[in-house]
Amino acid sequence: MSAFRALLAKELHVYFAAPLVYLVAAAFLAYTGYYFHSDLVYFVTFGFGLNIMENFWQIVFMDIRLVLIFSIPLLTMRLLAEERRLGTLELLVTYPVSDRAIVAAKLGACLIVVALLVGATALYPMWVYRVQPFDTTPLLAGYLGLMLLAAACASYGLFISALTDSQVLAGFLTAMPLLLLWLLSWNEAANAEATLPLLRALSLFNHFQPFAVGVVEARDVFYFLMLAGGFTWATLRVLEARQWRGRR
Amino acid sequence: MDDVSFNVERGAVVGLLGPNGSGKSTLMRCLIGFFSPTAGRIRVNGVDVAERPIAARRQLGYLPEHVMLYPELTVRRYLGFVAGMKGLRGAKRRAAVSTALEQCGLADVAARHTGKLSKGYRQRVGLAQALLGDPDLLVLDEPTVGLDPVQTVELRSLVRGLAGRTVLLSTHILSEAAALCSQVVILKQGRLVAVDSPDELARRVERVGGVVVTIDGPVEAVHALLASLPGVADVERVEDGRGRAPTFRIGSNGAEPVQRAIAAAVVDRGWTLLEMRQEVSTLEELFMRLVG
Repeated sequence: MSAFRALLAKELHVYFAAPLVYLVAAAFLAYTGYYFHSDLVYFVTFGFGLNIMENFWQIVFMDIRLVLIFSIPLLTMRLLAEERRLGTLELLVTYPVSDRAIVAAKLGACLIVVALLVGATALYPMWVYRVQPFDTTPLLAGYLGLMLLAAACASYGLFISALTDSQVLAGFLTAMPLLLLWLLSWNEAANAEATLPLLRALSLFNHFQPFAVGVVEARDVFYFLMLAGGFTWATLRVLEARQWRGRR
Repeated sequence: MDDVSFNVERGAVVGLLGPNGSGKSTLMRCLIGFFSPTAGRIRVNGVDVAERPIAARRQLGYLPEHVMLYPELTVRRYLGFVAGMKGLRGAKRRAAVSTALEQCGLADVAARHTGKLSKGYRQRVGLAQALLGDPDLLVLDEPTVGLDPVQTVELRSLVRGLAGRTVLLSTHILSEAAALCSQVVILKQGRLVAVDSPDELARRVERVGGVVVTIDGPVEAVHALLASLPGVADVERVEDGRGRAPTFRIGSNGAEPVQRAIAAAVVDRGWTLLEMRQEVSTLEELFMRLVG
């Protein structure tokens, strides 16, 4: 436990010692802020008086999700690739700590940073509430959805980062499939009818959407947890492989 | 690696010697649990490294050949991180870090980022992190490689200052092993070729080395006399090209030193012994003989 805490603290320190996290945060907040502004203008112009959850917050959450998908690869690409490149992984795995604790601390540090970013967007509903009070409980579902999505994406990013010692490659290979999952069903008319149900089942878009309107469904929670668990399992296998592959 | 078995006694400083590529680092990486051996067992204080890796690692401090540090962390923060990884917390952790800083002469650079340290200081930080948590066994992979002579001497005296701890260090420098170790294990292409104390190895050198004598006397008679002495295996005429008195290289059969018998016999005949010396006397030559 103390090893987990030491590693978590070190990961957070390394995050905040480098400029990247500040640039990512600045871009994340600028983009989500701009989306919030433009969505609000849209809602006030065309949807005023309609259901605010369906017609405004849903759109805002979908937009935050999009920015999040682009931000996460930048936060995960370093995690194991850099340890590999520096050669520090060799020393790290000789300490009396399990691979599980290493993976948990790295993923945990990344999710804390994501939680700070996502948490900062709570300013937007707080500001709207000050102008015009509304029922805020459905928003909690939206934030839960964002964190579940982040957990799934970050686990995938960590897995990719374990495979290479190039941060750039790790970032690229993380971002591309995430983008693909988002694209898969964004225009349902462009897909064949036979494959559409499968695409819907896989798509990040479809599983996130219920959260955005304030609905938490078990199968959506399960979808994200399964992705996170699956990639964490795979990351552990990659770390283990050093023992029989004889490389760092 | 094939058929490499040896014991390291508590408190011993054992040198793992061998040319590059002989398997020193591989052996150490198996020992620290970074690689799993396909066959065989490694036990540290009776704990099997493969079966209970975490319990085994708790008893080990490892200094890798290339010390890799996180450039974003200061020396103190880095050591604090390692102390935490080894299970130390709170006041104990701070005390352990201070001790390690002191012990390795790092107090002056404690606030510096590890990315800005010289090679010598990086190596000390590497040793400091190995010492944290008071491990029973220190595993040092080529601790002085790449250091300048001053840094090398400093690091060796640091290692010597660890008296009482069990140390397994690898090196390809014989004088280092002779200076630091109570026992040396010599590897060649993944196989064990010798396990001995440096002194015993030096004695073996004397036994296998020949004695060279220059005697002022009739060549044939001197040759015959030398060949008849006890302990002499073979006698060979050496031409030094300088037209001096005849010189012979005498191979010993290892039973007893031949010098005394030669001197007595020569004096007995009334000849003059001009020179007598031990031919091979460096560990390097034995080393070459063992691994060459």
